[in-house]
Parts: sequence; C-alpha cells; structure tokens
Amino acid sequence: MGVSNRFDTALPMSLATAFVLTVSSLAAFGMHHYVLVPLDLGYLRIVAFIVAIAGVVQFTEVFVKSVSPVLHQVLGIYLPLITSNCAVLGVALIVTESGAGLLQTIAVALGAALGFSIVIVCFAALRERFETQAIAPALRGTPVALITVGIMSLAFYGLRGIGQ
Amino acid sequence: MILAMLVLGLLGLAVGAALGFVRKRFAQDADSLTSAIDALLPQTQCAQCGYPGCRPYAVAIASGAPLDLCPPGGQATAEAIASLLGREAEQPVVMTPTDCVAVIDEAACIGCALCLDACPVDAIVGANKYVHTVVEGRCTGCELCLPPCPVDCIALESVEEVALKWTRP
Repeated sequence: MGVSNRFDTALPMSLATAFVLTVSSLAAFGMHHYVLVPLDLGYLRIVAFIVAIAGVVQFTEVFVKSVSPVLHQVLGIYLPLITSNCAVLGVALIVTESGAGLLQTIAVALGAALGFSIVIVCFAALRERFETQAIAPALRGTPVALITVGIMSLAFYGLRGIGQ
Repeated sequence: MILAMLVLGLLGLAVGAALGFVRKRFAQDADSLTSAIDALLPQTQCAQCGYPGCRPYAVAIASGAPLDLCPPGGQATAEAIASLLGREAEQPVVMTPTDCVAVIDEAACIGCALCLDACPVDAIVGANKYVHTVVEGRCTGCELCLPPCPVDCIALESVEEVALKWTRP
C-alpha cells in the first residue's frame, strides 16, 4: 500500500522485490539442500531463510543506493520492508518443502517474481486511475484499494490449476 | 542443539561478512543526491531560506526540508526539485510571489560601489563615484545588496510598481 499508489514508484519496487524473491529462493534452496538437511536441522528452516532474506534485502538496498540515490530516497523505508514480504518467505518455503530440484526451483522463483511484479504494476496503474474517479467519500483512498485487491486476487485465483 | 546454534551462528556471521564487504565495495559518496539538488538551486547564496547558503539547503532538502523556501528560485525551481525527488504528489508546492526587484534611489546614491560586490548575479551597474542602478531583468530579489549600502538607498519593490514608476526620459 505504501508505494503502489504511483506507477513510477511501484515499478522499481516490484523489480526489487522480484530480484529479492528469486535470489533468496535460490539461497534458501542451497542452504536447505546442502546444510540443513544433511545435518538434520530441517526445523531451522524458517529462521535460516529469514536471515538469508534479510541479507539479500540489505544487499539490494546498497545496490539501489549506488545506482540511483534518488530512487533510494523515494522508496525510503519500503526497501527494507521487503524483508517482511510474505511472498518472499512463502516461495522459499514452498519450494523447499516440495523437494524440487535446482532447475525447478529457479523456474518457480522466476515465475513467482514475474507474477508478483505484474500484480503490483497492475495494482499501481489501477490506483492511479482511481484518483480521477468519482468515488464515495467513505471509500476513497485505502478502502477502494483494498476492495480492488480482493477482486484482483479473485481474478488471479482463476488461473490456478492450469497445466495440471 | 549445539549444532543448531553453531549453524545459525555461522550463517549469521557469513551473511554479515558478505554484507560488510558489499557495503565497502559499493560505498558511494553520500552527497550525490545533494549535488543533484544543489545543481537545481539558483546559487544565489542569499540565505533567505534560513540556511547559510544553497548547499546547506540542498542537504536539508535531501533530509526532508520543505521545498518552497527559495524566493530567487521561485516556483520553477521548487517544481524542478519536487519532480527530481518524486515529491510532487504529496503537496503541490505553491510559492507566493514576493516583491522581488531591488531599486536604487538614484538621487541618494553616493557611488561607493559597495553594493556591486554584494550582488551574486551582477545585476548592479555602475562604478566608483558614478551613480549605480539595478538591472531589473537580472535581479533575483536576494536582498544581499541592502545591508552594504551606507546611505540605505536600495529598496525592494514589486515588479509592477517599478514598471509604473518608469517615465519616459
């Protein structure tokens, strides 16, 4: 909700999150497969993944700051908040629990990242449109955005089961 | 149990070391954003914004200071900085036009040339022991020429007033 009200901030934000998602899923796979499982420490999955995600997010923040300090200033606190994004941890957990190989992990991570970017960009475009529409005063701003999110998730839910 | 602690500790250490290395390698000068803002400010160094110069104001803007404090820059500068920082969506920056032209009362001018040095945009023409005058088109209204004048003959007037007072010689 923080940066998705404008397309110009939502696009780089979605790219950053997509990058974090992919890299941290790969790191999670590597950690799970080569360290945690051989040492019978599978139960440490969540903690270890969160540490890895936090590291990747910090690396992304340093990278964004060096490439474009203006963008870093605009995104502000929302870059570190990618750490708390459920999609990032969720994909890492799903991929390791399903016992997929390396190629499958890469495919799932990239696909999830791409899907997330599409959703955020669409959401931002819709929110920008809403600013010029006549909406009931009680629903303006956050309420109509949340309603939109609900309808969007229904729409994307219809994509489940394809290819099964 | 000990193994779990060891693995987690080592993981934390590894991530921390990697981040430290990355930070050192990508360490960039903290003021590239400030320089970008400073390039948009008019460099009048008049301190009307409350900061002792354009660079300190640029530093303050990078930390979130309001954008509408610079009269010589005017609305155009405020909008340029707002679009650089992506802040225009927050509140539209509206600068109230101020009386922005310095006018020398030529009857009182003693030709001391002290105001010539004070003007950052070189808007005052004149020489020692000759009457000075302000070129209206160049004056940005920074008020830096008002203190040096020993006879206090410079005043700030709005642009319409100056145009009305001009009479055909």
